[in-house]
Amino acid sequence: MGLVAFANPSRFLALAERLLPWLIGATALTFAIGLYQAFFVAPDDYQQGATVRIMFIHVPAAWLGMFCWALMSMSALGTLVWRHPLADVALKTAAPIGAAFAALCLITGSLWGRPMWGTYWVWDARLTSVLVLFLMYLGLIALWRAVEDPSRAGRAAAIFTLVGAINLPIIKFSVDWWNTLHQPASVFRVGGSTIHPTILLPLLTMAAAFTLLFATLNLCAMRNEILRRRVRTLQIMQAEAASGTSP
Amino acid sequence: MRLSAFEIGCVRGNRYIFQKLSFAVGAGQCLLVHGPNGAGKSTLLRVIAGLLPISSGRLNLEGGDTDQTLGEQAHYFGHQDALKSSLSVRENLSFWALYFGGVAEAVEKALESVGLAPLSNLPAAHLSAGQRRRLSLARLLVSERPIWLLDEPTAALDTAAQDRLTELMRAHLGRGGIIVAATHGPIGLSDAQAIRLGAR
Amino acid sequence: MIPLSALLIRDVRLALRVGGGALMGVLFFMTVVAIVPFAVGPDLALLHRIGPAILWVGALLASLLTLDRLFAADHEDGSLDLLLMARTPLELAIVVKALAHWLTTALPLVGAVPVLALFLDLESRAAAAVALTLLVGTPALTCIGLIGSALAVALHRGGLLLPVLVLPLTVPVLIFGVSASNAAIGGPVPFGAPFTILIALSLASLVIGPFAAAAALRHGAE
Repeated sequence: MGLVAFANPSRFLALAERLLPWLIGATALTFAIGLYQAFFVAPDDYQQGATVRIMFIHVPAAWLGMFCWALMSMSALGTLVWRHPLADVALKTAAPIGAAFAALCLITGSLWGRPMWGTYWVWDARLTSVLVLFLMYLGLIALWRAVEDPSRAGRAAAIFTLVGAINLPIIKFSVDWWNTLHQPASVFRVGGSTIHPTILLPLLTMAAAFTLLFATLNLCAMRNEILRRRVRTLQIMQAEAASGTSP
Repeated sequence: MRLSAFEIGCVRGNRYIFQKLSFAVGAGQCLLVHGPNGAGKSTLLRVIAGLLPISSGRLNLEGGDTDQTLGEQAHYFGHQDALKSSLSVRENLSFWALYFGGVAEAVEKALESVGLAPLSNLPAAHLSAGQRRRLSLARLLVSERPIWLLDEPTAALDTAAQDRLTELMRAHLGRGGIIVAATHGPIGLSDAQAIRLGAR
Repeated sequence: MIPLSALLIRDVRLALRVGGGALMGVLFFMTVVAIVPFAVGPDLALLHRIGPAILWVGALLASLLTLDRLFAADHEDGSLDLLLMARTPLELAIVVKALAHWLTTALPLVGAVPVLALFLDLESRAAAAVALTLLVGTPALTCIGLIGSALAVALHRGGLLLPVLVLPLTVPVLIFGVSASNAAIGGPVPFGAPFTILIALSLASLVIGPFAAAAALRHGAE
């Protein structure tokens, strides 16, 4: 009996094997540079003091949290339109990583908020949007965990991912609108051209480091997932072979 | 009209349920699909109905309506009855008649021919398994579709109802229809061709 | 048109007969709203202030939880296979099923608002505002919920998976629904802005919901 969709993932595994050491090295190097800049080069904020350095983790984590959903949407298109077996795998493995980035963003956000706002949580527009994003990641993970057969879950997850991708900008817009309605604009302003190069450079380096970290983690996770599916297929074949020989 | 399959295969969950399966059925002909449980008989019928995609090969209907898919020209009579317990016998059948583009007048005739006319105002909940099966069968009569896909059609039917089924199938074949039936036992049609799906 | 009206009549009949869910939604709605004062206290001034929010959350939960069975029942008895094989496009069939569900479940919620408004010390103007926003906003809830309902069928899983998936997606509807209600009572913003956005959300969901649900159901039959 055929093991469909095996040839292509095998090539991917070989490629991942060759690519991973380089990726890990690049990630470590970029993190070293970025963290050094963030802690020793970037100046303290005149209002926030050293607390502002949390931003170098917080902001890239938020970017990656959103970037990851965008990437998953592309994988979802790959699953639905081209039925590519690897797209399905990437879609599944990216979700927990995206959830981790969103969680990191929320945690650093509340750690930052404690000295700034005097409380761990404020219903700030950005934080609230990330919270909704985090809940959607958890829902997606729950969807994957609801069924045992990955081929059945794959297309359902893809549809939900695309619906989520359409919804996320609307949610962002609504939350911003809701936020300005109920409280004055957020204090946590990062962006625009006013940002000083001494802050921008470490921020961009950290963003690059986070992106590399994402690539590394997702490549590892995809490799594991492919192997996991092979084990599953082998187990099914073993069960079938056993049922064939017994009377 | 001719329904033909050339080396079709169907993959479910990374494994072939069946592969390299070929057959051809012409107008007025019946194809019986035999095989043990789990051999893929139901899967084959669902593939022809368009409910499952084929993974390889070609499935063609020559001489059919080119504007419609294969599934839209077929009646599928599966294990499930597609009946709602809280609707009456007539309401159940009328709905499918209208939804499939048939006419309301055909409903009474169809109920007559499966012997359920006296029960037409009862809720479907009160029907026995055999009566439910017959009501479900009446669905094939209320709108005209050239291909009948029957999955274990004799299940839960008594001998009289089985004879009636055979008559209905003969009549459909006589009108130039095509029948593909998955079955364990004989079905009363002497000139049917048969294929056998093996165990996986 | 005949197939679609037949489907509408069938689904409305099913909802109204024994075993149907028509009254369940409104009953659940009333129970949720009645339970909130036990949690926040019988302070009428507070209830008056958060009244529209309570009504909206209750309506949100009531319309989502009743959607659970929308496709599951048709899937279990095999009707879904036949709907897929019909000449009527599945997307249209889904719109009609959603309409039937909205008529039998969401519309009674709107009708129950004037009664529940009394419990929450909302004056007639506020009650009318909430009823109007629910009338306009519940189609969005139904259509977003459709997606979850279809995914639950495709995955062969019901229960809490649907609200877990769908509730985050309903955040915009909730925000603008409550805002519009509050605006009508004399909130900080004019009524028009949130209300038109609410309409826009409903119209957008009306397009996205049936297509996504149809994609999920086609996959679910496989």
